[in-house]
Amino acid sequence: MSAASMRIALVGNPNCGKTALFNQLTGGRQKVANYAGVTVERKEGRFIAPSGRTLHVLDLPGAYSFDATSPDEAITRDVCHGRYPGEAAPDLIVCVADATNLRLHLRFVLEVRRLGRPVVLALNMMDAARRRGMVIDVEGLSRRLGVPVVETIAIKRGGAQALIERIDAAIPEIVPTAVDNAGIEQLHAEVRSILAETVTLPRDTAAIDDAIDRWALHPVFGLLILATLMFFIFQAVFSWAQPVMDGIQAGITGLGAWVTGFLPGDSALHSLLNDGVFAGLGAVLVFLPQILILFLFILVLEESGYLPRAAFLLDKMMFRVGLTGRAFIPLLSSFACAIPGIMATRSIQDPRDRLTTILVAPLMTCSARLPVYTLLIAAFIPDRAVWGVFNLQGVVLFALYFAGIFSALGVAFVMKRLRKDKSEHALIMELPSYRLPNVRDIALGLWERALIFLKRVGGIILALTVLLWFLSTFPGAPEGATQPAIDYSIAGRLGRMLEYIFAPIGFNWQICVALVPGLAAREVAVAALGTVYAMSGSDDAVASQLGPLISHQWSLATALSLLAWYVFAPQCMSTLAVIRRETNSWRNVAVAAGYLFGLAYLASFATYQIARALS
Amino acid sequence: MVQTVTDAHPADPIAQRLRDLGFVSGEPVRLVARGPLGGDPLLIQIGSTRFALRKTEAARVDVSVDGVA
Ligand SMILES: Nc1nc2c(ncn2[C@@H]2O[C@H](COP(=O)(O)OP(=O)(O)OP(=O)(O)O)[C@@H](O)[C@H]2O)c(=O)[nH]1
Ligand SMILES: [Mg+2]
Repeated sequence: MSAASMRIALVGNPNCGKTALFNQLTGGRQKVANYAGVTVERKEGRFIAPSGRTLHVLDLPGAYSFDATSPDEAITRDVCHGRYPGEAAPDLIVCVADATNLRLHLRFVLEVRRLGRPVVLALNMMDAARRRGMVIDVEGLSRRLGVPVVETIAIKRGGAQALIERIDAAIPEIVPTAVDNAGIEQLHAEVRSILAETVTLPRDTAAIDDAIDRWALHPVFGLLILATLMFFIFQAVFSWAQPVMDGIQAGITGLGAWVTGFLPGDSALHSLLNDGVFAGLGAVLVFLPQILILFLFILVLEESGYLPRAAFLLDKMMFRVGLTGRAFIPLLSSFACAIPGIMATRSIQDPRDRLTTILVAPLMTCSARLPVYTLLIAAFIPDRAVWGVFNLQGVVLFALYFAGIFSALGVAFVMKRLRKDKSEHALIMELPSYRLPNVRDIALGLWERALIFLKRVGGIILALTVLLWFLSTFPGAPEGATQPAIDYSIAGRLGRMLEYIFAPIGFNWQICVALVPGLAAREVAVAALGTVYAMSGSDDAVASQLGPLISHQWSLATALSLLAWYVFAPQCMSTLAVIRRETNSWRNVAVAAGYLFGLAYLASFATYQIARALS
Repeated sequence: MVQTVTDAHPADPIAQRLRDLGFVSGEPVRLVARGPLGGDPLLIQIGSTRFALRKTEAARVDVSVDGVA
């Protein structure tokens, strides 16, 4: 080990605050949330200690034991044992323990100690411990454990000061003791004896947790609360965003008119800006408020500690269809985006449960589908109240989300039936303490989401929209042409070819053209529709007019069919790439893409034909 | 109070995990809540921690009832 740098690993039980501490030390922005199994990968960061040394910090997934039962626990085990490919064991292990949960966490501390490597124990969440009236004899604890102990509050600025000073000092020696070879019963006996000597706690759990759980986990009220909460979120996404969306729309239309006003109306540049950039990007940009509202709810739920409760309530139902309650959190994250959702499945121990969850995750309605849904709903579904309180558009959106959820359950059930191996698999899931979300963290989280969305709009969506504009402009119309120019272009021809396949499900050639770039990112389909219609329209159709335009040109059956298509179709290459990476198998990618396309076509076909027959 | 945790089959990883989590003889446990469908899963408090266990998992844990348990 060189004197100039040192490698430190943060190790501990799930949800003890390792990542919060990592962010505090390195200034990183890794994901922190109030449930076990947030971190599923090894993450690296560094900072300069007061002494001038560079400290490399590793954030690791939480583990209950080195006897790993899931892929994320195996990473932690391998890093700590120095068996992780291409990496030596860390110079110092900072073992993090939740001070309010020492009965559980100290056992793992003893297991880490056994490794015989230098260890510092960080007693985290000291703020919560004090609030509960706990008194911890830190010196006594340090003496009994034979390792230095420091107190930390990972979510408070400067809350890791004591830890930094301790790390920066000399590396602690480790003294082998009798418990190092003890069996599990003796290990627990040792923990009990240490606790009896060094910790006084007035009561085992926080009174507030018990009070909330009496309602939140109640067999009837619990489910009622969960259903109300979900419904409220979808209503809010639809109705709260509207005023802001109208504002953005007016702004883009105004800006577009102002910018293109300087250009001659028949120039190619005028067309590129007006039909490509403003019509295309504008169509997507207006969905920013909705996406942020959705994320606001997801972030608050994640930090509150409610999500594992929802998983508890739904476990039995999910188990019956071949999933597990643990799948709830990955599936809920998939409402934001299937990619983090699929990665979050690493905290599911059972490989079969995990695979099932991965394969159905794309059915959860990700935020990229929201622009497509909203565009079509606003254009085709009347904006009126149902049963006095609900908005019909909100109800349709809710129904689309549910169509995704129910089909996921159905697919999982079929997979359960097909699978031969029927051995038992475990739930064993910890329910954390409730926590009040920190306003600053939520605001930062939303800001990050906004940046990610804007980067997508300015990056891939802009690139594809411009590309599509070229393909729909060239080759130009021949002399004396009677049709709009786009009919003679590459895109127009491609659309007409695809139309043969998609005509039975009611898609016109414009939709077919939009679906192709929509494979790269779902929202692009909306941008592409904006461009395609702007190109084929006689007058200038800008973002704000796309909705009214399609509501004149498409039948209701076509719109419903496209909605059904988007519930199922794997219109996202990145999701397929993540499935490949996480399952390490092309076969699973083929299975996922195949069944999703199949379902999409069937659902759209049925929707279109039934809607036509009825109208 | 936990009596013992029995393996459902040789080298049962679920029983091993339960022991790691603190289900060892003499440890007090408390049933906090039951799931809405068929009373499954169970919410068990051990120490300051609450674990959701399915009935099949909880069946591995033998308990003796005493007083408030
Ligand atoms: N009150 C309080 N809350 C904390 C503290 N440190 C972390 N938290 C909260 O504890 C929860 C878990 O924090 P994380 O940093 O995600 O925990 P982790 O150990 O990385 O969890 P895994 O990645 O799942 O193993 C979050 O809700 C944090 O806001 C602390 O010192 N005090
Ligand atoms: Mg973490």
